[in-house]
Amino acid sequence: MVELALPKNSQVKSGKHWPAPAGAKKVKTFKIYRYDPESGGNPRWDTYDVDVDAVGPMVLDALLYIKNNIDPTLAFRRSCREGVCGSCSMNIGGRNTLACTHGWAEVPGKAVQISPLPHMPVVKDLIPDLTLFYAQYASIEPWLHTDTPEPQTEWKQSPEDREKLDGLYECILCACCSTSCPSYWWNGDKYLGPAALLHAYRWLIDSRDEATGDRLDALEDPFKLYRCHTIMNCAQVCPKGLNPAKAIAEIKKMMVERVV
Amino acid sequence: MSKNDQFQVQQFRTPLSRARGMGASRHGVSHFITERVSGLALAPLTLWGAYAALKQVRAPHDVVVQWMAQPVNAVLLSLLLIAALVHLQSAVQVVIEDYIERFTTKTALVIGNLFVCVLAGAVGVFSILKVALTVTGAH
Repeated sequence: MVELALPKNSQVKSGKHWPAPAGAKKVKTFKIYRYDPESGGNPRWDTYDVDVDAVGPMVLDALLYIKNNIDPTLAFRRSCREGVCGSCSMNIGGRNTLACTHGWAEVPGKAVQISPLPHMPVVKDLIPDLTLFYAQYASIEPWLHTDTPEPQTEWKQSPEDREKLDGLYECILCACCSTSCPSYWWNGDKYLGPAALLHAYRWLIDSRDEATGDRLDALEDPFKLYRCHTIMNCAQVCPKGLNPAKAIAEIKKMMVERVV
Repeated sequence: MSKNDQFQVQQFRTPLSRARGMGASRHGVSHFITERVSGLALAPLTLWGAYAALKQVRAPHDVVVQWMAQPVNAVLLSLLLIAALVHLQSAVQVVIEDYIERFTTKTALVIGNLFVCVLAGAVGVFSILKVALTVTGAH
């Protein structure tokens, strides 16, 4: 459902300011969304003036520096620090991306503003609740469906058919795309969102899969699939350079091919 | 039950059950095709309509009526009206589904949208036919 203004208890107030240490030569301000459900208060913007001479180039380096040296209460997810795990996805400078592959110097404006992925329930600070997002991924049954008895060796696939999965299998489920999609904001409970649909297409065109019809049946719905209005935010923000909108368009094409 | 209570109760359902919801309704592709095909039909019809309208900007009333009464013009005008309303009806329905969540409000608006478009089509086509079939000297 459309919510044009934040509910009262979600309105972000201004928070604490952490000044740079005396003698800092190169200072960059990081404006970070803070929310602690246990405290019961509203979310707030804390600002940290960081001496960036001591900090690595990426936003994640800055976050780790803040957590280790300035404010250990700051909560965020991270793991691989090289863009393959999808844990540190967040909204940086107004754009969903991975903190580990996005340089803080690339963020336009005076302060680097960091908030959790938009329109998701917040667990704490920069950690969104992605439970439903993962369940939507599970609902498309992202594994090979076959009725033919399993072969003695592997299921074979030609190099040409394998190539069709390029641009799809690389998705790391960071949720940058789905949470940048207005259709997903308004109808995230019913619309599967770009990430789950990209994976759905990955299994639809897998030459080894025998359940293409069932998979299309499970997607043919005004909400699950057809909420995509080709807004294209998904393709614009994907930190892996993938194009979920194109995958969704291909699913829509398959739906038409099936009836025409 | 307040919205907050509903949210709490929702939490007892497993995430997968929430994601699956009531399953796929197995319709949507015909709506998608209707939108595209009506859009395709509108491309030449709108160009013709705009050209015809511009040509008659300064024409007196009886000349326009005579023009409307010609069979080709009457048929094309009716088609333009029907294609535009079919397109409008399906597009507005999508907007309603996007932004309105409550079942009763949403259903009422979707039906209202259908009725308004059908009524506009019926009145429009009737008017064109009335002009076409009653004006003399056009054939």
